[in-house]
Amino acid sequence: MNNKLDLDQKLISLCRNYTKSIADKVEKKIVNNTTTSVERTILRFLGVDGVDNHGIPLPNVIVDKVRNEQRLNKGISYWFGNGLMQTGLPAQRLAEEISEGKIDLFSLYKEKNEDIKEHILKLSEKKAEQIKQQVKKREMMQSKYPLGLKPWLYVIVATGNINEDVKQAKAAAREGADIIAVIRSTAQSLLDYVPYGPTTEGFGGTYATQANFKIMREALDQVIKEEERYIQLVNYCSGLAMPEIAQMGAEERLDMMLNDAMYGILFRDINMKRTFVDQHFSRMINAYAGIVINTGEDNYLTTADSLKESHTVVASQFINQELGLRTGLKNGQLGLGHAFEINPEIKDSFLLEIAQAQLVRQIFPDAPLKYMPPTKYMNGDIFRGHLMDGMFNFASIITDQSIQLLGMSTEAIHTPFIQDRALSIENAKHVFNSARNISSEITFKSNGKIQKRADQVLKETAELLKVIAEKGLMKSLSEGIFADIKRPIDGGKGADGVIKKDSDYFNPFAEVFSKELEIQDER
Amino acid sequence: MKDNIIRAYGDTYNDGKIQLSFTLPVKQGLKAAEACKRYCFKLGLEDVEVVHMKDLKEGFTFFVVYAVSKKSVNFDKITVAKIDTEIMDYYKINDYIKEKINRKVNVVGACTGTDAHTVGLDAILNMKGYDGEYGLERYHEINTVNMGSQVANEKLIETAVKMKADAILVSQVVTQKNIHIKNLTEFVEILEAEGLRDQFILILGGPRISHELALELGFDAGFGSGTKPNEVASYIVQKVYKDSILVKGGE
Repeated sequence: MNNKLDLDQKLISLCRNYTKSIADKVEKKIVNNTTTSVERTILRFLGVDGVDNHGIPLPNVIVDKVRNEQRLNKGISYWFGNGLMQTGLPAQRLAEEISEGKIDLFSLYKEKNEDIKEHILKLSEKKAEQIKQQVKKREMMQSKYPLGLKPWLYVIVATGNINEDVKQAKAAAREGADIIAVIRSTAQSLLDYVPYGPTTEGFGGTYATQANFKIMREALDQVIKEEERYIQLVNYCSGLAMPEIAQMGAEERLDMMLNDAMYGILFRDINMKRTFVDQHFSRMINAYAGIVINTGEDNYLTTADSLKESHTVVASQFINQELGLRTGLKNGQLGLGHAFEINPEIKDSFLLEIAQAQLVRQIFPDAPLKYMPPTKYMNGDIFRGHLMDGMFNFASIITDQSIQLLGMSTEAIHTPFIQDRALSIENAKHVFNSARNISSEITFKSNGKIQKRADQVLKETAELLKVIAEKGLMKSLSEGIFADIKRPIDGGKGADGVIKKDSDYFNPFAEVFSKELEIQDER
Repeated sequence: MKDNIIRAYGDTYNDGKIQLSFTLPVKQGLKAAEACKRYCFKLGLEDVEVVHMKDLKEGFTFFVVYAVSKKSVNFDKITVAKIDTEIMDYYKINDYIKEKINRKVNVVGACTGTDAHTVGLDAILNMKGYDGEYGLERYHEINTVNMGSQVANEKLIETAVKMKADAILVSQVVTQKNIHIKNLTEFVEILEAEGLRDQFILILGGPRISHELALELGFDAGFGSGTKPNEVASYIVQKVYKDSILVKGGE
């Protein structure tokens, strides 16, 4: 890997300096806030689950009760913790009684802050221990049933019915897929709650629920034992319920989560503050649970010009990395995203793709990079599409990518048929096997087309990061710096779920996690 | 007129050679191959050759087949209604709107009825677009509302009225059962009953939609598979402009 592109190392450290100042400013803006979804996550970790008579999840019912009284600023831990102490009930029972109106949290006798905190920290440490057990279980399984060679083959199932997903996922895993992602139902990211129970109806995907996570995990664990190969499970930790989904993933031993710092803002029009607060706690959970996150920079290229906007991808990767490291994620957990999306009709487009892929490989040597397939220039010609996917796979093995989201020749036509997925797995296996060691056999011509293109993108990245560092990330986003999409600082969905913290606010799980993850800046 | 009877072409005129691939829900083996053959015969094919068979695990097998079909069509008997507006690109369309229409163009789209297939609608409306052509959401001179799938006709019309839409895009996978056709005619009937038909340009899209079928159902235009967003946008803006001249009584 070393320095095939002969990159200007000084320029890379300059980029890191800009990024640090960008992250500093973001942190300042979020440190005094919590959100309704963060508070719901705390309840879920404490063992509150299920729905009320109207089908509303209990964590929502309780957090909303406290918020409606304008008392969420102290944190749900204070109110619920006190409730647990006063009633002696288990968390779920207490939640049910509150939801049925039998217990009023506000009229209970109030213990001293320190005592509630001590009580709830103990419960949190217990839960943290359970998550650690899941991490250990993953490690044990991976030592017994090793992971496949990188780039890992990542495929998607999206039937809408968890039982059908299981069939397709098992078939794909047996065909050779290393990673199974269950696509979520359209617009789940805009639900300000997590649906409950197993689901069999969804549009363009399957709802992320804790029950569905469990069903798929159990199915894949069975395949792992039969195939003697570890299969990783992925879901989507994004949208308005982002931290709750992180909690579910941590408890059900998912291996990866799509978890971008800015995706929700740009592509789902979610409020910036809400997103940054939510992503911070979600990532802390993912970090603690040993989950690899996948960032979504590939999306920039599908909406903006992929040739002109290459540097925005790298800039965003720097930002995602810095914000991620600050939540306790290690470099090995940062699946920074990028994509093979340059117009294939452009002369030497393949060389440009290699320049970009090698560039990010060298800037982030320890990150399990997530490489996304061509989608934008796919059309109904499945034969051409299959060839493009082959070129994409070839670029990946040349540049040592880590997570290969397999392209489907029918990308522009329908969600994959079973044979589409099998053919794309075959395609990737063929290319990876026949060029397995190519990256250690080749060097790039000094000052050739590939090196020059990489230099240019790096230079543009540094210039862009400088501008963002001066303006601040939020203002930059409001001016459409990424993906040509502008979002107002105070606009977007979920803004009303951002809550100012009181001086005695506390989040017991953030405290437990950050202590063990050795995060400095957490209050 | 001399008839021009045609069949699929392999390497000899009218040899009727076709290739196809599909999956059957059975375990791979001799019996699976035989099932594939018989299935092809039932499809009306002859000289069926199963050239490739692959075990997809979990009880599925993938086949690649070459076969002959004796079916033919009379090419000379075919007439196709065509959309004759000029096809412009993204930049030209935005300029056209700025110069000639001088206000933003409003477009609303939906997959109506029970249809949950949004691939076609998204290809035309989503920013990302299709085959390298940006979707309508990306056009700064067009306000686009994508209502997604399973939208009731009434809801779509209500939205169109509220946003003063210039064009309504209905995306539909027409199935053999034709329930979708009924839904489409009902859509046009509601508009007519409420006296709203002339306020909107009605566009129909979908994999089995032709311009001709769209006209038959009472729409203004129809777009089938492989249509790029700029083709739809070109049609809309030129029609909006043409209609505005008609109203004004010429420039």
